[in-house]
Amino acid sequence: MTESAARLPMTAKPIVAAKPERNLDRFGVPGWLQAMPFGLVFAAFFVAPLILVVIVSFWDYNDYQMMPAFITRSYVESFDGCLTHFPDCTILRTYLSTAKFCLIVWVLTLLIGFTVAYFLAFHVRSQTTQAVLFLVCTIPFWTSNVIRMISWIPLLGRNGLVNQIFVNSHIVNKPLEWLLYSPFSVALAFTHLFVFFMVAPIFNSMMRIDRRLIEAAYDAGASGWQMLTNVIIPLSKPGVAIGSIFVITIVMGDFITFDVMGGEQIASAGKAIETRLNALQFPPAAANAVILLGATMLIIAALNRIVDIRKEL
Amino acid sequence: MSDNNETSNISRRDLLKRGGTLAAASALGSFPAPAVHAAEDKVLRYLGTAVNQSDDITKRVKAETGITIQNIVATTDDVTKRVITQPNSFDILDTEYFSLKKLVPSGNILPMDAKKIKEFDNITPVFTKGQLPNGKVIGDQGTAPKKVMFVDGPNSSKFSKTPTEWVTLIPTTYNADTLGIRPDLIKRPIQNWSELLNPEFKGKAAILNIPSIGIMDAAMVVESLGKYKYADKGNMTKKEIDLTIGVLTEAKKAGQFRAFWKDFNESVNLMASGETVIQSMWSPAVTAVRTKGIPCVFQPLKEGYRGWASGFCMSRGTTQKQREMIYEFVNWFLSGWAGAYLNRQGYYSAVLSTAKKYMEPYEWAYWMEGKPAEKDIHAPDGSLLEKAGVKRDGGSYDERMGAIACWNSVMDENDYMVRKWNEFIAA
Repeated sequence: MTESAARLPMTAKPIVAAKPERNLDRFGVPGWLQAMPFGLVFAAFFVAPLILVVIVSFWDYNDYQMMPAFITRSYVESFDGCLTHFPDCTILRTYLSTAKFCLIVWVLTLLIGFTVAYFLAFHVRSQTTQAVLFLVCTIPFWTSNVIRMISWIPLLGRNGLVNQIFVNSHIVNKPLEWLLYSPFSVALAFTHLFVFFMVAPIFNSMMRIDRRLIEAAYDAGASGWQMLTNVIIPLSKPGVAIGSIFVITIVMGDFITFDVMGGEQIASAGKAIETRLNALQFPPAAANAVILLGATMLIIAALNRIVDIRKEL
Repeated sequence: MSDNNETSNISRRDLLKRGGTLAAASALGSFPAPAVHAAEDKVLRYLGTAVNQSDDITKRVKAETGITIQNIVATTDDVTKRVITQPNSFDILDTEYFSLKKLVPSGNILPMDAKKIKEFDNITPVFTKGQLPNGKVIGDQGTAPKKVMFVDGPNSSKFSKTPTEWVTLIPTTYNADTLGIRPDLIKRPIQNWSELLNPEFKGKAAILNIPSIGIMDAAMVVESLGKYKYADKGNMTKKEIDLTIGVLTEAKKAGQFRAFWKDFNESVNLMASGETVIQSMWSPAVTAVRTKGIPCVFQPLKEGYRGWASGFCMSRGTTQKQREMIYEFVNWFLSGWAGAYLNRQGYYSAVLSTAKKYMEPYEWAYWMEGKPAEKDIHAPDGSLLEKAGVKRDGGSYDERMGAIACWNSVMDENDYMVRKWNEFIAA
């Protein structure tokens, strides 16, 4: 650790908070007008649909249509059993299962993502190598999510490559069943798919750390570990927070990974919505979407308590 | 997800991913086309699930009737969604009888006039009366076709219990579903639905994750286990749903299931890779596993089959001209060539007499009469399906269709059932 600190690039640029140029202000264009184009896009493609979803979640429905109304049927039925059988009701179990994967995937992507970003930011000295290695990290994104996921199946299956190697080398007597269609395979696929969403923002944060701070810590006699915990980690927090938001929101809303890697046997909040949609039950699907949104926002709010992202940026 | 290229047999509920994309693409392409323009060109927008939408059929229709068929391919669920939400995005629809319980009350389907269907009286009585051509009455639990085939009048959306002139859906394709097994891995005869939950196959069984169909398979298992006898497996009471889901949940917690599957290819992969040795399956999926050289049997079981049937509906948004064209197309479809084409894939055609004319006697004997194949049996695309001497799983048409215990259905308690199904998945 100490040795690595000594090898830190000395050419790091000092970070000066650049004052944004206020060209438009000079011509008297008010701020709200400048924000309008994006605001309109945001309103049309995010706010309006969201309002619609909320409205529909209070509608009534039957086998083939939904009927404008204001009833709480979809919500009441979604929470069915939660009062009588608490905490053993479907929606809680579903969210617990989803949250469990969120936590596992978050920890794994954070550990791996932080390590990779640290390596890229502090160990790789030449900027070219840095850029090349960073691009290498994006290569998996050249193929689709689903393909990256499905490629695990022939590896992990009962008669898959991994099991064949294990059995042939007598590490195990019979094929391991938990490699595929299990919580393990789901967590593995998620980590594989989304670790880069952690790497990128953390790497970005780390590159912005003023190298002189690290030199100062080194000069003041800090050990490698102390530099990591007292300087680098606190200053990487915005990246960690942003990466965490990416990973958590993706896992919370996902259902394809759960389906493909979990053999459709593992409950997830997104899956519950999909089932209702396929049964043409739009209002409960909308209600579930609202509940999911609420749950995700709670998590993000909690994260925000730990790191004030706006301030850090 | 890779398409299943080894065989031309495409399931009716095939190819989730591809179907979805195609549907989206064709939705963009065909939706804005004004109806008037389409009528002049003799074009029909045909929304369906790929079974009857092969290129071969489309080309043949064009050659013999001059009608250009624009195929819009989607999954069963998506087809239903489209009929409800975008009724003007298609002219003719290919769907299953059980969906009619949702589609007809929505008012988006126009009943067809039986008098304009040339072969209507020759349509197999399986649909019109619920019996085999030889008079044997077959199971009518669930949404049996005869229950939803007719409506009261030309503008009615109320089902008639007795045959009328007004037909909701002209049948084209149907079959009897059962469990698929890997005889080489099971190594003993399988005769009952209860085997699906036999602990012997712990971690090696799979069930279909389409709630309305999966629960029927589960009900077959429950009855076979002797746990309960349903009044109507296709229309359970809340209590019966609880009981059925309870049995499934128990099995799931005990680790009985390796996975659930929802699309054709998934079922093929599970079976072919040996992840499962017994599972709910569709006939063409079994064929697909077999064409990979892996033994797989569509196992006839003592308790019988779960039947399904699909066919043509007309959109209420069509013009008079388009309606005439649809009658022409439907009449062409029932006139034999298409029926023979479907029969050769292991489905059954609605008008048997016309299809027979287009099949070789040895083909007819193998597919319909359950006799050992005199010569090698080939798929419509020419690929080898079975060697000479082999008999079809389950035997003849009468044996297979006669053993139908229940039909794919939408229950009255569908909403409750879907919620319970989610509970089962979460268990």
